[in-house]
This record gives sequence, C-alpha cells and structure tokens, in this order.
Amino acid sequence: MLKGLIGKKIGMTQIFSEDGAAVPMTLIEAGPCYVTQILTSEDDGYSAVQLGFSESKPKRLTGGELGHLKRNDLPPLKYLREFRSKDHGMKEGDTITVATFEIGELVDVIGTSKGKGFQGAVKRYHFKGGPKTHGQSDRLRAPGARGATTTPGRVFKGSRGPGHMGNDRVTAQHLKVVLLDAERNLIGVRGAIPGPKGGLVLVKSARKV
Amino acid sequence: MSDLIKSVEAPANENIPELFPGDAVSVHVKIREGNRERIQEFKGTILYVRNSGNNASFTVRRIASNGIGVERTFLTRSPRIDKVVVERHTKVRKARLYFLRSRTGKSARLKQKFS
Repeated sequence: MLKGLIGKKIGMTQIFSEDGAAVPMTLIEAGPCYVTQILTSEDDGYSAVQLGFSESKPKRLTGGELGHLKRNDLPPLKYLREFRSKDHGMKEGDTITVATFEIGELVDVIGTSKGKGFQGAVKRYHFKGGPKTHGQSDRLRAPGARGATTTPGRVFKGSRGPGHMGNDRVTAQHLKVVLLDAERNLIGVRGAIPGPKGGLVLVKSARKV
Repeated sequence: MSDLIKSVEAPANENIPELFPGDAVSVHVKIREGNRERIQEFKGTILYVRNSGNNASFTVRRIASNGIGVERTFLTRSPRIDKVVVERHTKVRKARLYFLRSRTGKSARLKQKFS
C-alpha cells in the first residue's frame, strides 16, 4: 500500500496531548489524491505512482493535462506529483485519503522552503563574520577566505559562499502524526515543516525508522 | 488566522473565569500518580495573565514554607487544569506585578477591590 499524499500547509499551532502536554503541530490539508498514472519499470524505466491533488476548473488546465486525466475519468487536478514505489498495490483511478495514515506514525514531509533571495555567507552558512572592533571596518559580515593560495589558485566549485538562499526542496524527516481528521482531510504533524502557509507539500511514510 | 487551525485547537475551559493580575486564586491541577488521578491546589497571587487564545497562560506566585517564593505558569487551556477559583480581586496599577518578587510580608500585600 502506497503511503503518500499531496497537501497544502495550513499553519502551525499547539495542541494538548492526552496527558496534558502541549505539542507543537503543523496542520496540513492533504488529499483526497487520485492515482492518475502508474509508472512501471518495463514501460517507464522506474516504478512510481503519479498522484493528483486539488480539483480546479477545467479551463485552468491545458488540453494535454485534461486528456491525461480523462483516461481514468478523473476531475481536473491542479497538481500532479510522482511517488517512487514498487509494491504499492494501487491501480489508476484509485483515491488516497488521510485515512491511510495512523496517529503516532512517523512521516517525512517534503516542501519548498521560503525564498530568502541573495544572502551573505553569515546568514546562509552560519559563517562567523569578522571582528566588530580592534580597528576593523567593513569586516563584520565578511566571509573571510574561501580557498587556498597559489595552489590551486582558484576556488573549488561548490565552495560555500554568498548566493541564492531558500526556495529549495527540503525534506523534514521523522515527524510524528498527532492529528487526523478524515472528514476534513486534515493531518497534523509534530514540529515545523518547510515552506510558507499555503505551500504545496508531500507527505510520505518515514524513510528512516 | 485560519478557521481550520482554530477548529483543531483546544476549547476554552469553562471552569476558568476571567483572570486579572493581582487576583488571589486557587488553581486545581489534576495530578496523575500511577493510574490514579487526584487534584492538587496551588494557591497564590496572579503575577501576570497572557491572553493569546490557544496559547494563553497565567503565572501564579505563592510563598512556600521558609518564605521561599514559588512561581508556576499554567497554560490556560491545558486539560490538566480542573478549575480556577478566584478568591478576591485586588487593586493593582500594573499589568505585570514583578515588583512583588522583591517584597515580603506586609509590603507584599495588595488592597482588595470590591466590585
């Protein structure tokens, strides 16, 4: 059984567990997701399940997208995402809801982190920056040296430095499911997840147990 | 805030009246010992109240034996709070009564307010 859902981040709050402890929680509106395509290693080179989420108006989709969904008589869906899976036991046209998850289960949540724009090395990689005093000027948030000397005479590619930060695909691993509401398609996980409120997230069962 | 978030948050406890700084209160807290549950009272003066919906809290200060001050912060919507009894309101001019920490005995008294 495939355990995967596409959802929308609603926001954070805290709830109380049965013994009265306050638990930080992020609420996700997830599913219902439709199986829009099954990819197999014979036909596609890898096994995966393509899920669709968020019904929208037909005019917001291209003709190709509509035709792809029409094969299985599915409604127009805004988002399509693939989940790699071999033994999923799903067939095209199936529906997945939050009911596939259980309270206490561990999940991974994948999202796109908030974009921060072009940032310095202090914010981006937690460099120390320079000293504030002792005759310094313009050194407070400078990155310092980035490479070696005449050998190699250049900075290696991939070295840490200033640049674009955020707007990356980020996985928050090992989050506990603390709330489920099958009627309203809500799932609550303990802790924070990447991305802004309203951002698209993928919920999967945890990779590491 | 989203209505969906509000709908999953804890409802307000009906056994807690509106609290004000300076109130002399007794907080009835549920304590679990093994599988038995009992109620413990915590009596003192409210130092400050933080009203923020689901995350609301209030801090109670009491003088324990040997004149040692004990402060305890309660989450207002916690299911562990059974009820709060307000014994008296007092006349205070601050929202946060931190000055009570440096006072003991007679100078730590607050004047009762009758409504």
